[in-house]
Amino acid sequence: MGITVVEVTKQFGDFVALDDVSVAIPEGSLTALLGPSGSGKSTLLRVIAGLEKPDGGQVLLGDDDVTHQPARARGVGMVFQHYAAFKHMTVWENVAFGLKVRKRPKSEIETRVHELLELVQLEGLAKRYPAQLSGGQRQRMALARALAVDPEVLLLDEPFGALDARVRKELRAWLRRLHEEVHVTTIIVTHDQEEAMEVAGQIVVINQGRVEQVGTPRELYESPANEFVMSFVGPVNKLGDTFVRPRDISLSLEPEGDATEAMVERIVHLGFEVRAELVRDDGQHLLAQLTQEEAQALELERGVIVYAKPSRQTVFTR
Amino acid sequence: MTAKYALRFGALGYLALLLLLPVGLVFYRTFEHGFHPAWAAVTNPEAQHALWLTLIIAAIAVPANTLFGVVLAIALVRHRFPGRGLVNAIVDLPLALSPVVVGLSLYLLYGTGGWLGGLAGHGIKILFALPGMTLATIFVSLPFVVREVVPVLREIGTDQEQAAETLGAAPFTTFWRITLPAIRWAVGYGVVLTTARAIGEFGAVSIVSGRIEGKTETLPLYVQSQFEGFNTTGAFAACVVLALIALATVLVMRIFRPKEEAA
Amino acid sequence: MATNAAAAVSRGAVLGRAGGGLARGIAVGYLSLIVLVPLAALVWSSRSQGLHTFWQEVTKPEASSALKLTVVVSLLVAAFNALTGTAIAWVLVRDSFPGKGIVNAVIDLPFALPTVVAGLVLLELYGPSSPFGVDVAFQRTGLVLALLFVTLPFVVRSVQPVLLELDREMEEAAESLGAGRLAVFRRIVFPNLLPAILSGVALAFARAVGEFGSVVLISGNIPFKTEVSSVYIAGQIESGNPAGAAAVSVLLLLISLAVLLAIGAFRHWRTRHDR
Repeated sequence: MGITVVEVTKQFGDFVALDDVSVAIPEGSLTALLGPSGSGKSTLLRVIAGLEKPDGGQVLLGDDDVTHQPARARGVGMVFQHYAAFKHMTVWENVAFGLKVRKRPKSEIETRVHELLELVQLEGLAKRYPAQLSGGQRQRMALARALAVDPEVLLLDEPFGALDARVRKELRAWLRRLHEEVHVTTIIVTHDQEEAMEVAGQIVVINQGRVEQVGTPRELYESPANEFVMSFVGPVNKLGDTFVRPRDISLSLEPEGDATEAMVERIVHLGFEVRAELVRDDGQHLLAQLTQEEAQALELERGVIVYAKPSRQTVFTR
Repeated sequence: MTAKYALRFGALGYLALLLLLPVGLVFYRTFEHGFHPAWAAVTNPEAQHALWLTLIIAAIAVPANTLFGVVLAIALVRHRFPGRGLVNAIVDLPLALSPVVVGLSLYLLYGTGGWLGGLAGHGIKILFALPGMTLATIFVSLPFVVREVVPVLREIGTDQEQAAETLGAAPFTTFWRITLPAIRWAVGYGVVLTTARAIGEFGAVSIVSGRIEGKTETLPLYVQSQFEGFNTTGAFAACVVLALIALATVLVMRIFRPKEEAA
Repeated sequence: MATNAAAAVSRGAVLGRAGGGLARGIAVGYLSLIVLVPLAALVWSSRSQGLHTFWQEVTKPEASSALKLTVVVSLLVAAFNALTGTAIAWVLVRDSFPGKGIVNAVIDLPFALPTVVAGLVLLELYGPSSPFGVDVAFQRTGLVLALLFVTLPFVVRSVQPVLLELDREMEEAAESLGAGRLAVFRRIVFPNLLPAILSGVALAFARAVGEFGSVVLISGNIPFKTEVSSVYIAGQIESGNPAGAAAVSVLLLLISLAVLLAIGAFRHWRTRHDR
């Protein structure tokens, strides 16, 4: 079931969280809502979930207008950043909760819960309490719990934010694989552009309550709609009115045409790539990224004077 | 939505009927016949003596329990010693005991035939006199400072104290400059609770004092004797004094502990 | 220099420990003198005339009737408080209305108000001179009323902080899984509040069992009808039977202890998931 958000607005007192937001989420997709803190992405998710009522606009699940329906009637599955585990229930009871509330027969609950625990690889831990699980395990439990009721839509609110870096990476990959298996329309909220690019098929970039751009990771990177998207999605150099990616800065030791003169401040070796931090006479800092060979060919080191020219640049027409 | 209003009015109604109306009524009844009879009722020598006695007992009991409360709390949290669990349980005992039982145990201890009954023979009068009443009051108001300070001490941990020690502070300095300031709100709250309990104590003091009018009557005891003597204005006036002290106590409690309200 | 400082610290530590030990000793001595020794005298006195007399005293009809009444009424009042206390705590935490701060402060009143004053104010409103025409003095209802008054704050204050800290996301998760408001309360909120409610109930019970000052005026202290143990004990002292009073006191203490242990054990069992 696809989701359509039409001209949704939401205010908290004087603060405008969502300003005329319209977005279409295709059925079966894995979409990321990406944006900085306070951008409104969580609010949008909660409006779709039915945990917040919008001041204006509509939310459609499939063809149904659910704008005025409470969360419990929408059939959405939700996963929270801090797990929201029912700490007084075992893992098994947590996952079974939605089914118990719907008064499903005991045998059905048994089968379904076992199925899901297997899916999220928590079979042996059914009798444990959330307090006895690691963060990653708790989040997998939360996912199983949300999936138990066969939701039409799965909503994840910064699900990996409370986990440490290694677990985060593992769960990202795991989520992708899960989505390929289960194919539920999924929306994930994140402020981490790397996470969005890695996990989602479609990204909605949100800033200050407005949608900046919607596209695939590649589209966002290669054809950003504006300065905000470009600089949010990756590092960028601003040269006057043009924007240049570090990879698109070519360096040479000889002045060429209108190349900018800059001094190398620092060289950072990132595996087989090299990041050169440059500084111009007027104090502006530039970032260039080259391969190991390119850096060696120029004999780059601290203090060397180079001439930088963009091999590709982007200009935004207002 | 209606559930919300039903709950609100149910809860508030219960509080009004149980708490607010009764207290309000007594204020009304006291001043029903004008301010002067009420004033006269509390400014007669007996009432004055009762108030005085109440305050003196509190003035002894509260500092004593505060001092030993803080020392005991530190001992319980920072030191391991045999019988620690037992001491912890004993501290909580006064909360579970009927004041009458407290009074009785003191009566048995210091009365004729009791283990310390001999004191009376040496001219040290405990029962039916100030010392006994003070001991009873200390007994019932003992736990509060300890119970308030212990969790705070546990929570703040020893980091700051250890830092002070490595910087060369003597133990007393550490206590005075580091520990005490950290627990002062807890101590303050404990002191308020202790004072309220000490002033309001009735049952234990009733048994230990013999209720000799004009001599060993505290203000709560005075209320009862006036009421039983059908001097209702006198009883109510004394009630109002005690109620005002209680209201002041409640306000001070809110200052020290505002966190029970949702943000 | 460094060694001097180190020596000073270790000297200070030793002194501190010695001084701490002394202070600790005095504090424990204080505790013993004030609490332990009198209680020991009580227990001793209850047995001083032999176990047979002890048994005789506690099985006297008036004594056992008072005991029964005390325990039953206290349990009922404590249980009733579980309901009203939780409801009041809920309204204070989750609801908002003008004057909420004052209502919140007022909850502490039964704690700060002398018990005899509480008894008198209730007597005025619900006794013979009641403006409502209600008269519950000298009846069990009056007794119950006084006990409800003095036990009011315990469950409320026990539940409030827990309710405040409760993870709202748990409730939202339950809602998103299809639970209605009542189901969310029953399955999610209540189980997490239960330990706090039980703590409050235990405190309320302990208070009710020993209550004297508020009860002595309004209940009329009619033997076999409205006389509670604390009043009976006081009466025994007055009639010159301190040993009998001691016996009943000790039994009352043991019963209270048993009930409190039972509540504590139940609470311990319910919170096993936190360990």
